[in-house]
Amino acid sequence: MKEAKTALEMYRMMLLIRRFEEEAARAYSLGKIGGFLHLYIGQEAVAVGAAHAMRPTDSVVTTYRDHGIALARGMTANAGMAELFGKVTGCSKGLGGSMHFFDAENRMYGGHGIIGAHIPLAAGVAFASKYTSDGGVTMVFYGDGSASIGATHEGMSLAALWKLPIVFVCENNQYAMGTSLERSISVTDMSKKADGYGMAKDRFVAEDVFEIRDRLKDAVERARRGEGPTLVEILTYRYRGHSMSDPAKYRTKEEVEDYKKRDALNQLRAELAASPETAKDVEALEAAVEAEIAECVRFADESPEPTADLLEPTTYAGEFAR
Amino acid sequence: MKSMRFREAVREAIAEEMERDDRVFLMGEEVGQYQGAYKVSEGLLERFGERRVIDTPITEAGFAGIGIGAAMVGLRPIIEFMTWNFSAVAFDQILNNAAKLRQMSGGQLSVPVVFRGPNASARQVGSQHSHAMEHFYVNVPGLKVIAPATPADAKGMLKTAIRDEDPVLYLESETLYSVKGDVPEGEHLVPFGKARIAREGTDCTLISYSRMVHVCLDAAEALAAKGIDCEVIDLRSLRPLDEETIVASLTKTHRAVVAYEGWPYGGVGAEVVDRLQRLAFDELDAPILRVTTMDVPMPYNAKLEQLVIPQAHRIIDAVERVTYRRT
Repeated sequence: MKEAKTALEMYRMMLLIRRFEEEAARAYSLGKIGGFLHLYIGQEAVAVGAAHAMRPTDSVVTTYRDHGIALARGMTANAGMAELFGKVTGCSKGLGGSMHFFDAENRMYGGHGIIGAHIPLAAGVAFASKYTSDGGVTMVFYGDGSASIGATHEGMSLAALWKLPIVFVCENNQYAMGTSLERSISVTDMSKKADGYGMAKDRFVAEDVFEIRDRLKDAVERARRGEGPTLVEILTYRYRGHSMSDPAKYRTKEEVEDYKKRDALNQLRAELAASPETAKDVEALEAAVEAEIAECVRFADESPEPTADLLEPTTYAGEFAR
Repeated sequence: MKSMRFREAVREAIAEEMERDDRVFLMGEEVGQYQGAYKVSEGLLERFGERRVIDTPITEAGFAGIGIGAAMVGLRPIIEFMTWNFSAVAFDQILNNAAKLRQMSGGQLSVPVVFRGPNASARQVGSQHSHAMEHFYVNVPGLKVIAPATPADAKGMLKTAIRDEDPVLYLESETLYSVKGDVPEGEHLVPFGKARIAREGTDCTLISYSRMVHVCLDAAEALAAKGIDCEVIDLRSLRPLDEETIVASLTKTHRAVVAYEGWPYGGVGAEVVDRLQRLAFDELDAPILRVTTMDVPMPYNAKLEQLVIPQAHRIIDAVERVTYRRT
């Protein structure tokens, strides 16, 4: 088993994300979580590979499907689950919800509900790194559904023009809500868009978390060297619907089952269990993840709700402008 | 005191703050090599270099978002819109990112960005280039909206805006850029939320801001010749709004007219009227009237444009109505 310690750590995080979301789905059906809940189940290897490709001083921005990368960047399951439950102990004090996970300490800058609009924002974080020469790289995630909106184009145009230290990661999960790739974009190889901006590009299937890490690391280090942005398209799949209200009738059961057979999480587990070096650790690790998940649900449930006195101080820094 | 034009006052504020703080930079279309579409940023590229005076392609949503993102991680961007009309294509960035990042992050993030540029009518630039955009933005909690009328306030309020921890929308006017006025020398900061009494009077309060303050002052002169003594209030700051000063003036005059550019449905004027009737109902001797842009898109034709934009004679007419000189 190569890099046994890292492999175990990656598996732990992928499992934590999956179990976190399964419990979130359960809590949603119990009415503990409101609004929208967009699950990342099936795509965990991307977030975990990405987090391992970065330094703690690098930054991340993503869309509303944000639980995975937030946890992978170091947010605690407690802070994440409490946010979903709308509690003051949540990462955004219960004011953001599922779509607006923020963790400034771990340089995770959201959690954005207007897809595409987060691309220029991320370019701004990268601009700041270049302006201050702090050596930081920003990784911004978007889906196939964000690829066509105008703000994405403007953000990429400027990032490429100014050679900003940023990596655009297109998580192509094949469906923009209920619209399949073929029905939403004229060129389904979205990495080709890089050519128009004069950016480096890469494109691969998300089956091996190590491959994801290594190929993203190439892009991150290219950015860090001042050679500009890379557009990386990662072909992935979400097992659940777009959000909790989506039964996903636009795709066949066979298609979903086929993807599940190639599940990166299960593959990694099989490898770890088969290797004498790591086999003994797998079950203990899984038990620890279960305990962490149980604890985060308990914590979220028992935490207090935010109170009205939070509203005005989180709207303006100083005196309220009315 | 030093006499200077409005555009020089804006430029001086930018230059002084860039000198003081390396985190401050200027970004926008034609701000650098072209020296500014309205010459506001003339000489700044030569003085501060390409790192800090940054020309952009036509990508308002893109560079507005970059300004917000850079502010979110500690820089102090000044984002110039060649005109505020073009902010409409960046509206989502201002509404959903600049105004909301603090709250939706549970207070973890600050967005100390300044958006600035000329606003409202110019001269015959047609319907798409004549918007008074403040009426859209004052509605949004999380934003501050500033509209100075004089070079002194232009400088002092822009410096305050750059140092503010929240997103500030700072509105200039193409037709104000060449207006001259005295500006205090040395460090000059004007706080937000304090209106300025531009002319003292006893019979009627004229409430305005930006270019229209000067039109109100003209109207007040004409009305003085008719024996009506108007007080002219320059709001300067639209959000926060100085209730105290307008209520105090109304308490003295008992009559008010609000004059500004922008359509009559809702907006800053409707807000001022609402606050006055709530806070000083018993002081009113007449209904408050508003003098606004007519309720149509701006026509190109010069005469029709002047008809649509508020003029001194319409303000005079409104004052005569609230003072019951005519019906």
